Amino acid sequence: MAQPLLEASGFRKSFNGVAALRLGQFTLMPGSVHALCGGNGAGKSTFLKILMGIHHRDAGRLLRNGAEVTFDNPSQALDNGISIIEQELSPVPAMTVAENIYLGREPVGLFGRIAFREMNNRAQDLLDGFHFGIRADTLMMDLTVAQTQLVEIAKALSYDAEVIIMDEPTSALGEAEADQLFAAIAMLKARGKGVIYVSHRLSEIFGICDSYTVFRDGAFVETGALADIDKDRLIQLVVGRPLTEEFVKDNTPGDDTLLSVQGLAADRGVRDVSFSVRRGEILALYGLMGSGRTEIFDRLFGLSGQTAGQIMIDGAPVTITTPRHAIDAGLAYVTEDRKRSGLVLTGDVRDNLCLATLDRMGVGPVMNTRAEGRAAARMIEVLNIRTASDRLSVSHLSGGNQQKVVLGKWFLTEPRILLLDEPTRGVDVGAKREIYRVMSDFARAGGAVVMVSSETDEVLGMADRVVVMRDGRVAGELDRAAMSAEQLLHLAV
Amino acid sequence: MEQQTDTTGTDRRMGTASRMAPALQRYGILIALAVLCIVLSVVSENFLTSRNIINVLRQTSINGILAVGMTFVILTRGIDLSVGSVVALVGVVSASFATTSAAGVAGAPYMPLIPVAVGLLTGMAVGSVSGIAVARFSVPAFVATLGMLSAARGLTLIYAGGRPIPALTDGYRWIGTGDIGGIPVPIILFGLVFAVAHFVLTRTRFGRHVYAVGGNPHAAKVSGLPVRRIRFAVYAISGALAGVAGMILAARTGSALPQAGVAYELDAIAAVVIGGTSLAGGIGRVSGTVIGALLIGVMNNGLDLLGVESYYQQVIKGALIVAAVMLDRSRKTED
Repeated sequence: MAQPLLEASGFRKSFNGVAALRLGQFTLMPGSVHALCGGNGAGKSTFLKILMGIHHRDAGRLLRNGAEVTFDNPSQALDNGISIIEQELSPVPAMTVAENIYLGREPVGLFGRIAFREMNNRAQDLLDGFHFGIRADTLMMDLTVAQTQLVEIAKALSYDAEVIIMDEPTSALGEAEADQLFAAIAMLKARGKGVIYVSHRLSEIFGICDSYTVFRDGAFVETGALADIDKDRLIQLVVGRPLTEEFVKDNTPGDDTLLSVQGLAADRGVRDVSFSVRRGEILALYGLMGSGRTEIFDRLFGLSGQTAGQIMIDGAPVTITTPRHAIDAGLAYVTEDRKRSGLVLTGDVRDNLCLATLDRMGVGPVMNTRAEGRAAARMIEVLNIRTASDRLSVSHLSGGNQQKVVLGKWFLTEPRILLLDEPTRGVDVGAKREIYRVMSDFARAGGAVVMVSSETDEVLGMADRVVVMRDGRVAGELDRAAMSAEQLLHLAV
Repeated sequence: MEQQTDTTGTDRRMGTASRMAPALQRYGILIALAVLCIVLSVVSENFLTSRNIINVLRQTSINGILAVGMTFVILTRGIDLSVGSVVALVGVVSASFATTSAAGVAGAPYMPLIPVAVGLLTGMAVGSVSGIAVARFSVPAFVATLGMLSAARGLTLIYAGGRPIPALTDGYRWIGTGDIGGIPVPIILFGLVFAVAHFVLTRTRFGRHVYAVGGNPHAAKVSGLPVRRIRFAVYAISGALAGVAGMILAARTGSALPQAGVAYELDAIAAVVIGGTSLAGGIGRVSGTVIGALLIGVMNNGLDLLGVESYYQQVIKGALIVAAVMLDRSRKTED
């Protein structure tokens, strides 16, 4: 058997007496893509931060190519061939690809002048070696998110990294873009590198990884080859209890139309979009990134300018030019990026839950603190938000619980129509299921759900009907019986 | 002076042990103020006299009132550099309604209520202009209020013809020199402004809106908040409070000087920052600002009592501001 690239055992780490990681164990073989799975709070990030030299372990051994090592800081980890591609990339946008790759270690010539030609050539060779199809003298700001990630990979390789850690690399990518990334990962594998792959998307893990290691509640649970297990078993390992099904769906579409959209135009070339949703129905808007799905939601919610098209709610035409109109008309909008436009991260759970309903919780301009507290407590209970107190800052909650806070904010407005943009992005499997349950219950109670999703499985699992978007137009519509992954992709590209 | 029983703050965090430490840091400024007072009362026998205490409070009141207005603006991620100029502009405009000299407007002097109303409206109007530039035309607050810093100073000099407006009526001067039950009016006004601002920020819908807009304007907009109106309002508030400060200053001096208030914005911003309000918006409280203003006031007073030259005082104040922000930063990175 070959020598492992990395062998971690018995990792332990506490923060102020609270154990974040009780038993971290992981073995990475050369030429493998190894999934590190676990819910939020399982200890994955702590483990990775120890590997990267950001945190110091309280106990445990780390072997790199068989030799024991300890990293005091990230640059030592990098010197030992361990590199990470962060979830949120931080390139210097106004610099070229080559400048970003060699940032801080530019080849220099006479009088410290940067040898631009040499740097560009070296970067270009690196990029071409992987057929990334990116020119080294392009500015970073002109690249797509997927290309930016490819540059990060090239950067990691320029350090001669043998171990490459990828933390949720596809969270900002569409399916087509993700394929480009997967091709690069396959190439890394073929060259004998080891990839530690962290993702909440199970289909991806089964698509590109060969081994798995599961952490739960800060401790190692199991490791093995993905070929030997199936999705249900993996979910069970992550969640710690058997799950009968990934999706929860027990709504039945009614007969009367609640929301109908005729000939709608919106930003980014969205034209002539028509669809309708009935009471009790979950409608999915499917399409590639940039196909105009989010723009439709922004337009419906009064966030972009007034453009052509008619919106009818309960058969009556409505004019929506501000979010206030939309909320008053019974719409609620869970945006794609909860950190950017969903949550006030400086605020606490209660502040965020009450944000859209402050008008109803006071006497004149004075707030009724008790009413706020009661409303928050109700949502925490209904949505099973795991928080020590409604006075805890939302920034301390896990992704799934943050998403539930956003949902709770909107449920307090008592909406009739829920617009959900990628509602389970960055949410662990356990919380995902709870969000599906909430969607299903909302529809069952007579509400209408419109959901934007890039995940085929999610659309197939939850939607009663799907409208497929392509280049800002409706490319087709399928009902539940006619839906299949092939059909969706066929219409979308 | 401030009982820290307020429970609405955003950094009252619990759950893990890593959040125990901020208790000390949260009260750090208050502790610093207390330590400074104790040290000064030991080294200088003049410090802990009621006369000196009242003196410190009176000297702090103008900066304190400006800083309270500044807190609203900074909480929304903004800044108001124009307050020093507004102090001068409101001073001369309201004084021209309260002077017995030839510099007054026709019919002057009027009963004190008129110049006070004119002063408040002037301050609010100037703040509103900055507010419109920031909220409606998306001019960065730094630029909009830097422009106003210059423009308001110019308007002051034009209005007053470059000369002081002297001989203010006794009724008007009462704002700066009078007292109620032995407590000087400026201190009472400062206390009133603080109490109202504290109530507005912690107990009203508008207060919730200010924190939300500062914490995340996108999320606030999506949640249906009138983001532009809120942005506009905080500059109007800052302008109005700069007006209050301007009238206190003119009334205390006995004449309104067009050169008054130069660089006052710096002390106001310093008080806000020392008081723990984040320049990135969404985090902070007026009680902190008041403590920040008192710390600056006590320090100036103490250094005066100890006979330290005013040149050195500026250096020490500068170091204090940076140290306060450093403390704030280290708290955030630890989190």
